[in-house]
Amino acid sequence: MSMSIEEHDYIGLSEANMEKKASDITINKDLNLKATELRLGLPGSESPGRAAVNGVAIKNLVAGAKRGFSDTINGGSGKWVFANNGGSEVDSVKNGGLFCCSKVENKNSGSVKETAVLASPKPVLLENKSQVSANSNLQASSPASKQQVIGWPPIRSFRKNTMAVNQTKNEQDTDPKLRSGCLYVKVSMDGAPYLRKVDLEVYSSYLDLSTALEKMFSCFTIGQYGSHGAPTREGLSESRLMDLLHGSEYVLTYEDKDGDWMLVGDVPWDMFIGSCKRMRIMKSSDAIGLAPRAMEKCRNRT
Amino acid sequence: MCPFPDEVLERVLSLIDSHKDRSSVSLVCKDWYNAERWSRRHVFIGNCYSVSPEIVAARFPRIRSVTLKGKPRFSDFNLVPEDWGADVHPWLSVFATAYPFLEELRLKRMAISDESLEFLATNFQGFKSLSLLSCDGFSTDGLKAIATHCKNLTEFDIQENGIDDLGGHWLSCFPETLTSLQVLNFASLNSEVSFEALEKLISRSKSLRVLKVNRNISLDQLQKLLLHAPQLIELGTGTFMQELVSDPIKDLKNTFGNCKKLVTLSGLWDATPLYLPVIYPACVNLTFLNLSYATLRSGELANLLSHCKNLRRLWLLDTVGDKGLEAVGSSCPLLEELRVFPADPFDQEIFLGVTESGFVSVSHGCPKLRYVLYFCRQMTNAAVATIARNCPDFTHFRLCIMNPGQPDYLTKQPMDEAFGSIVKTCTKLQRLAVSGLLTDRTFEYIGKYSKNLETLSIAFAGSSDLGMEYVMGGCPKLRKLEIRDCPFGNAALLSGLTKYESMRSLWMSACNVTMNGCEVLAKERPRLNVEVMKDEDGDGSQAHKVYVYRTVAGPRRDAPPFVITL
Repeated sequence: MSMSIEEHDYIGLSEANMEKKASDITINKDLNLKATELRLGLPGSESPGRAAVNGVAIKNLVAGAKRGFSDTINGGSGKWVFANNGGSEVDSVKNGGLFCCSKVENKNSGSVKETAVLASPKPVLLENKSQVSANSNLQASSPASKQQVIGWPPIRSFRKNTMAVNQTKNEQDTDPKLRSGCLYVKVSMDGAPYLRKVDLEVYSSYLDLSTALEKMFSCFTIGQYGSHGAPTREGLSESRLMDLLHGSEYVLTYEDKDGDWMLVGDVPWDMFIGSCKRMRIMKSSDAIGLAPRAMEKCRNRT
Repeated sequence: MCPFPDEVLERVLSLIDSHKDRSSVSLVCKDWYNAERWSRRHVFIGNCYSVSPEIVAARFPRIRSVTLKGKPRFSDFNLVPEDWGADVHPWLSVFATAYPFLEELRLKRMAISDESLEFLATNFQGFKSLSLLSCDGFSTDGLKAIATHCKNLTEFDIQENGIDDLGGHWLSCFPETLTSLQVLNFASLNSEVSFEALEKLISRSKSLRVLKVNRNISLDQLQKLLLHAPQLIELGTGTFMQELVSDPIKDLKNTFGNCKKLVTLSGLWDATPLYLPVIYPACVNLTFLNLSYATLRSGELANLLSHCKNLRRLWLLDTVGDKGLEAVGSSCPLLEELRVFPADPFDQEIFLGVTESGFVSVSHGCPKLRYVLYFCRQMTNAAVATIARNCPDFTHFRLCIMNPGQPDYLTKQPMDEAFGSIVKTCTKLQRLAVSGLLTDRTFEYIGKYSKNLETLSIAFAGSSDLGMEYVMGGCPKLRKLEIRDCPFGNAALLSGLTKYESMRSLWMSACNVTMNGCEVLAKERPRLNVEVMKDEDGDGSQAHKVYVYRTVAGPRRDAPPFVITL
């Protein structure tokens, strides 16, 4: 086993990042400051009504009506995985800002794990761009290069390595029949605090997919598409695009195998699932720039 | 004075296999102790450092089979540095003199070099059976030595080791004269072997009952192998996907139908709905189906399980989802063991896999469940309470909520009541692994109610020393305790002062224990080895990793520089 044993805390961020985030946190007014106060209490000292983790109180995860999405995330959904380099700002935001200080323990006698878990409320996604780039960061790095809690979840190396190989194989397979029956792509939505993954194999048409996505990101509407999205001679017509854009606040786009962002619905369904790498529900105002490229591509293909 | 002649006593005792029973026998009186030690053929050593090879050889003169376990279990998850120890060679050296007729060696989490394997192969003429699980330090060259020199080999079982895979040539080293093979398992070796050599080996091994090949063996090749070995009891297939369809489906189906004795099936890498049906004819006899490397969906699983009424043990990937688990509940009423592994444990964005509802479905349909290992991303106290009610016979309950410290996702409460309901209801519980957000309450329940608990695994849990104190104050049968990333300090460690000598071992890492605490423990209990692994950073006052175990062999002589025995 070649994995070098580098000790990291349960969420391994470097101290430099810690300081940065501390300042981010104080700015946010939604934050219940007392609840997220960094406490260096001895293990065992627990203020009433708070769940304690590793001897230090963490924010009560129920508090705050506004916390709908963030609860799901902050409810311990392990922000314990970060991309390399100890986590960029994007990562921290994406992960809801949950982290703990690494190596602080050695400076304090008396308690080893000064695990300060600070939760920010509903993670503000700074910019669509950064979210997208965070996606590509995570997609680009194989599981092995992510900084993870050592030995967690408790899965033996052989299984970990085998599953990693499986993933690569799935991505490489071109014949849909040979796939092991699943075709997961990530779906992000501008403004939503987390991504979803959907299995395109499960759907038989754009309508199916659209309906499912609507349910998943239920507060938002996605424009209606034609039943097959079959390319007409004109490709994506101007009028249709305007319908989409006027019909809803958001449009569904996808990144194809060439790395281009396209509007969903242009190509036949089978071609779509064969070339779609991931999807993004973007604000229609951002989507306008896509249309000309999409038309060009359609022309090149047909 | 014993009225029986020694020979009679020895004959009677030779029929006793269980090492626990034998331990009891040896305590009766001196005569029985002697009769037992002369009649013992197999010795089980759960911690290689608890005793020395010399002591073993002195006590048991006629051993033919040894099982030896080395590193702490958390070494499987990279928590133990390399070169920690558990080298098998000192054992082999002693055995070469004491047990030249040694036939069987089963090693788990031991460090083995190629030289050791060669030593084994050349110093024990009658050697028959080698099983290596979760070991490391060797390469396929070492396996070549075994294959080449062990003329009477019956078992070659290589599982999930940290092995340097230099190629599949080892298989070709089995001599043409070798016909005694009964068990061949190379499923976790990744290199390609010579199919020709494999086919010949299988066809001349008429006693073969267990065959587990690796992923490189294709369906066509599997077909050929099975034609030579219809007597198989356990089969691990290679890849279950094929690009060039030379229509093996009908043939394969027939072949599987001919394997009337098959009760265990595993492998099934890359299995798709296209080829999976070929195993249907064999399914009715299956008692153990390992699908943990097949990314099946719920529909495929449901179809498959409808043929598997007799399943006792089932291992799955969480790609089957809750719907797949519903199928388990409705198709497998005799199920005793279920393990659900995560297909993608490190991907944060996947909100897939299985949830509490899948587990509940299984519990409704499978009341005989006694062993569960379940990886999930969400759980509730209510669900676990239901599960406990439905399946009161749990002996092994290992629940892994994959996000550390995650509460009940509906109520936001800690998961204390979940494990409380398990320990209160499942009185036969022997092994427990807890997860999720847990306060000291969980451990209060465990200490109070689990009278039969032998193994306990704790991670990212507890609020204070009290947690561990509860456990140390209860759990009369506790043998193995492993703890990581919990707020347990010296008081907690020392609360077990009277308990550690009745346990095999204690592991504590990333807790609040200091060197001082460990020194006190070591001083109070000289018959324990209290080992601390140094952390490179840090001021040296914290005991980052602590491993405590009882021993009659004194402190380790082979401890590496980073292990300090106090």
